[in-house]
Amino acid sequence: MIHFKNISKIYSPHMVALENVNLIIKSKEFISLVGSSGAGKSTLLRLLIGEEPPTMGEIIVGDVSINSLSHQELPYLRRKIGTVFQDYKLLATKTVYENIAFAMEVAGKHDLEIMEDVPQVLSLVGLEGKAGQFPHQLSGGERQRVAIGRALVHRPDILVADEPTGNLDPVNTWEVINLLLKINELGATVILATHDNNIVNNLERRVVLMDKGRIIKDDEKGKYLI
Amino acid sequence: MKEKILTALKRVIKSGLNSFWRNRWISTATIGVMVITLGLITGLFLISVVAGSILSDLEDKVDISVYFKLETPASDILKIKSELEGLSDVKGVEYVSREEALAKFQEGHQNNPLIIKSLEELGGNPLEASLNIRAKVIDDYESVASFLESSRFAGLVDTVNYRQNQKVIEKLSSILATVRRSGLAAILVLAIVAVLVTFNTIRITIYSLREEIGVMRLVGASNWYIRGPFIVEGILHGLAASLLTTIIFYPSVLFVSPKVSAFLSGIDLAVYFKNNFFQIFLLQTLVGVALGVISSLIAMRRYLKI
Ligand SMILES: Nc1ncnc2c1ncn2[C@@H]1O[C@H](COP(=O)(O)OP(=O)(O)OP(=O)(O)O)[C@@H](O)[C@H]1O
Ligand SMILES: [Mg+2]
Repeated sequence: MIHFKNISKIYSPHMVALENVNLIIKSKEFISLVGSSGAGKSTLLRLLIGEEPPTMGEIIVGDVSINSLSHQELPYLRRKIGTVFQDYKLLATKTVYENIAFAMEVAGKHDLEIMEDVPQVLSLVGLEGKAGQFPHQLSGGERQRVAIGRALVHRPDILVADEPTGNLDPVNTWEVINLLLKINELGATVILATHDNNIVNNLERRVVLMDKGRIIKDDEKGKYLI
Repeated sequence: MKEKILTALKRVIKSGLNSFWRNRWISTATIGVMVITLGLITGLFLISVVAGSILSDLEDKVDISVYFKLETPASDILKIKSELEGLSDVKGVEYVSREEALAKFQEGHQNNPLIIKSLEELGGNPLEASLNIRAKVIDDYESVASFLESSRFAGLVDTVNYRQNQKVIEKLSSILATVRRSGLAAILVLAIVAVLVTFNTIRITIYSLREEIGVMRLVGASNWYIRGPFIVEGILHGLAASLLTTIIFYPSVLFVSPKVSAFLSGIDLAVYFKNNFFQIFLLQTLVGVALGVISSLIAMRRYLKI
């Protein structure tokens, strides 16, 4: 369970990114976070992985309060969360294979396990032939898929995907969404931030609509209107 | 637990070797700057060895002599000698008896028949016995001289040549002190500048990798797991730089050494370098590795805050 309790993020007096957000996400839920650009979706997700602290309020993941985690403890939280960032955040000096393996390495997974799982994930995201390439040698969509591969390879409890289909064509978009659904079926909580109303309308899962840093609508099996 | 640490260590080393090779141009630049730094430090070190030995040679040439009145018995002089040797400022005392003084004088003037002849005409031995005193430090001669002039043996003393040479000795003493002090300051300043240049080179490299470091944090790497490969790289840079410096220095020292020896007899740089080869190499390696590792650790601190 993830619980955002009265969360505010204030960058400056006239830049309030989040304002008193309350949100409970149940374990194994698939939730879409929608809203126009600047609504605060990415900010909410950044707070979840402890990239930045909230200005006010508390975030609880499972039974730990993120605010109380020390700098040394943060990595343990992050290893339980797979993250696809809006700007990929791939490791530029590592190959596709190494980028995906990295998430397992930091979690202290065994070499054999890594050698088995990484190729599987590579084929899952359709990048078998690109294992030795560096990120700058890939297209935007391919980079996105590497990021997805890295986010799910260590079988996290929570998968956070910020705009994972932003650079993909419709076919690839649905492949990615189906991948997320599958991960969700396998037991992970999935949080998907997106602008794409087409995706949201077809998913028929919970939709949380944000605007100007507030949650203005929260529907089970929602549609993305507006 | 132990196995996990070993696995992490293995991964860190592998990753460090990997990026050392992948960033070989950056590595080359870093090593190049380090070689200049280490070379400069080693060079300065050797120069200070040479300068130091010139200075102490010069200092060694200074001594004072006390001449005793002709009738002074040898036993008294020996008593004074042992008393002088008991002083903490005194490095050594040499006794020259009247007979020895005469022998030396005759030897020194054997090609001058006039002097030899007049000596014979004088009959007997007109030369006084003396003590040659060497102080530990050039500044101590004053206190040795005043000891002699004020001791209970003062009556036996004919002359102390310190008073004649006092000006020269004091002048030399102050020159030596200035040279030592300003030399040390110059060496320190140059070494610090060189170290800062290396540090900055490494800092720029780390700056270019700041996003990479942040991403590693965000996907769950601990700080030490991120630092590890940089430490490995730092060690490699230091080792490579130290090796290269030695490869450049060894033949240079062999080449320069005879020229230095010709100029300043008694100084053999090549022998000094060979005798202290391992200490110098070890010191270079330590400085190089420390510079590489500490610079990256300091430079990356702020990017690990995420
Ligand atoms: N580091 C920051 N400093 C100041 N303001 C920030 C910072 N990060 C985000 N903001 C502001 O917070 C608001 C919310 O940003 P956020 O990235 O969460 O929006 P978003 O909903 O993800 O938008 P998009 O759909 O375009 O990705 C924006 O107006 C942005 O300018
Ligand atoms: Mg965003």
